Amino acid sequence: MSKKRKLMKVYPIEENCISCRYCEVACTMVHSESKDPVKAYKLENLLPRATVEVKEAVSLSLMCRHCKHPFCFDACISGAIMVDENGKVNLDEEKCVGCWNCVLVCPFGAAHPMIKEEKRHSFKCDLCGDRGFPACVEACPNRALIYDFER
Amino acid sequence: MLFKKPQVAFYPFMVLRDDYKCVRCKSCVDQCSFDATYYDEDLNMIMNHHENCVNCKRCEAFCPTDAIKVVRNPSTFHPDANWTPEAIRDIHVQMLTGAVILTSTGNDKPIKNYFDHLLLDACQVTNPPIDPLREPMELKTFIGRKTDQLQFDSDGVSIKTTIGKQLELEIPVLFSAMSYGSINLNLQKAMAIACREFGTYWNTGEGGLHKSLREFKDHTIVQVASGRFGVDLEYLETSAAIEIKIGQGAKPGIGGHLPGEKVNEGIAETRMIPVGSDAISPAPHHDIYSIEDLRQLIYALKEATNYEKPVFVKIAAVHNVAAIACGIAHAGADAIAIDGVRGGTGATPKSLRDHVGIPIEMAIAAVDDRLRKEGLRNEVSLIAAGGFRSAVDVLKAIALGADAVYIGTVAKLAAGCTQCQQCHTGRCAWGITTNDPKLAKRLNPEIVAENLYNLLRAWAHDIKELLGAMGINAIESIRGNRLRLRSWGLTEQENKILGVLPAGM
Repeated sequence: MSKKRKLMKVYPIEENCISCRYCEVACTMVHSESKDPVKAYKLENLLPRATVEVKEAVSLSLMCRHCKHPFCFDACISGAIMVDENGKVNLDEEKCVGCWNCVLVCPFGAAHPMIKEEKRHSFKCDLCGDRGFPACVEACPNRALIYDFER
Repeated sequence: MLFKKPQVAFYPFMVLRDDYKCVRCKSCVDQCSFDATYYDEDLNMIMNHHENCVNCKRCEAFCPTDAIKVVRNPSTFHPDANWTPEAIRDIHVQMLTGAVILTSTGNDKPIKNYFDHLLLDACQVTNPPIDPLREPMELKTFIGRKTDQLQFDSDGVSIKTTIGKQLELEIPVLFSAMSYGSINLNLQKAMAIACREFGTYWNTGEGGLHKSLREFKDHTIVQVASGRFGVDLEYLETSAAIEIKIGQGAKPGIGGHLPGEKVNEGIAETRMIPVGSDAISPAPHHDIYSIEDLRQLIYALKEATNYEKPVFVKIAAVHNVAAIACGIAHAGADAIAIDGVRGGTGATPKSLRDHVGIPIEMAIAAVDDRLRKEGLRNEVSLIAAGGFRSAVDVLKAIALGADAVYIGTVAKLAAGCTQCQQCHTGRCAWGITTNDPKLAKRLNPEIVAENLYNLLRAWAHDIKELLGAMGINAIESIRGNRLRLRSWGLTEQENKILGVLPAGM
């Protein structure tokens, strides 16, 4: 049953996370048109797909876990969420109608709502699909994120 | 209500923020460990309590959009060469607290740095320089007692004399004593890894050796200080050498005090004291009031460890350091570590840090001279400490007569330290001199071990280049070779003490 998937994803290492939020800013930056952090936040009103959760000494970067049985996939009413052959969970922001079902059901809080004037849609980690290597992993200064095959 | 006390109103540093560049990621808010930065939800702005800023530059380093600059407060007192802002501020602090001013790191006063007044020699025409990248170059250093003479077997090759235990260093640089408590386990681990990889030694300091670091025993110097924290037979045996700490350059003549609130479970276990109790190192060793007493402790430690470990004695460089060092050599130490006036610390009264002790350059020269005159130089190795900044300083110290050099501040800098002088607060934003779990995890031992290894490697290259230029292919040949040094801008008296000729002679 538990056949290993050929999926690479981002793993946070809690004991190394220093809650600097570089992963957040790097994520926002690479998903922007301008590829500039200031413009990404201020002109394009983008938000990060990875979020740093902090409680006292414990912190970690949280992003889509690309679950084997994604609740968001079951909950999606528009067919915007699809699972590819490797098991990567993709969210088509064009198809998304902004019903926030995925936001509600995600057990990790990794799907976020985006409300813009022209459109509302949810968004989540896409493992930097077009970039080849996740920006958050590259940006992490304390080796608290690793990009590895699913364990 | 609106009145601010002078030391709050006249703060030394301030955080400048380019609000347009600020993306409100709040990284700086989370990184600041001194409550100098906070987020105001109503204004949706990052704000500062400038009076709390210590110029550690953590926020500046971590701002992803380069929106922050920490600067000296441009508001000044009336210019006065005598009543400097520091002098005024110290009065403002003491009039409110009624206490000594605690500080940390090394002396920040402009005490003449003699290394900057020494110049090295190089070969031209009459003797050839050596290219260290093409020819072998030896930095190997042995620390420990050397025999008076060697006796050979009848074959004329094998050595008959038994040579005492030596520490073998691949570079004449060791990491100086920084205790678990003053720094955290992550930095100790990073130093231990770097030492094992490079082939040198780190020093536990007076806080004992945590059990997770016992695997590095062959590269560990364990310290026995006046508080005797964490000392038992197993501790003494889990080492390459034992160091008796008498004094420290940043605070000669006083002990130490690790406040109870910093004594967490790990520290308590390692120091063998109850959790939450103050860890007080007395100023003297209560069993050492003379050279004879020191001899007893040295031999007690040697006896306990079956004469397998070299025993070092560390003292601060004080006025009659040469005579004291001689006494230590007579007492049977295998190496003497001398910590100069610029030596660092995790906590010390400011008055002691800045005004007690003598520069290490003078101390090396004086001690080396005296040991030679007394015919004791081969019986002890001389380790210099206190304010070494570069490979050049190391080489100059060795040329003055040291066998090796202890570096502490350099190790801290390689871990990210910005010399903000707040070690004593235990709030180090870089995760170095703190055991707060949130802050300590900022120092990844794996990364810092790589940094330290790189640093040692770079310094080894530097030293080899300098030796090559002097036509020397082994560090042994420059040791105590003051003829390869010249001074500039020093008085005749200073030249005499250092034993060097002025440039041009």
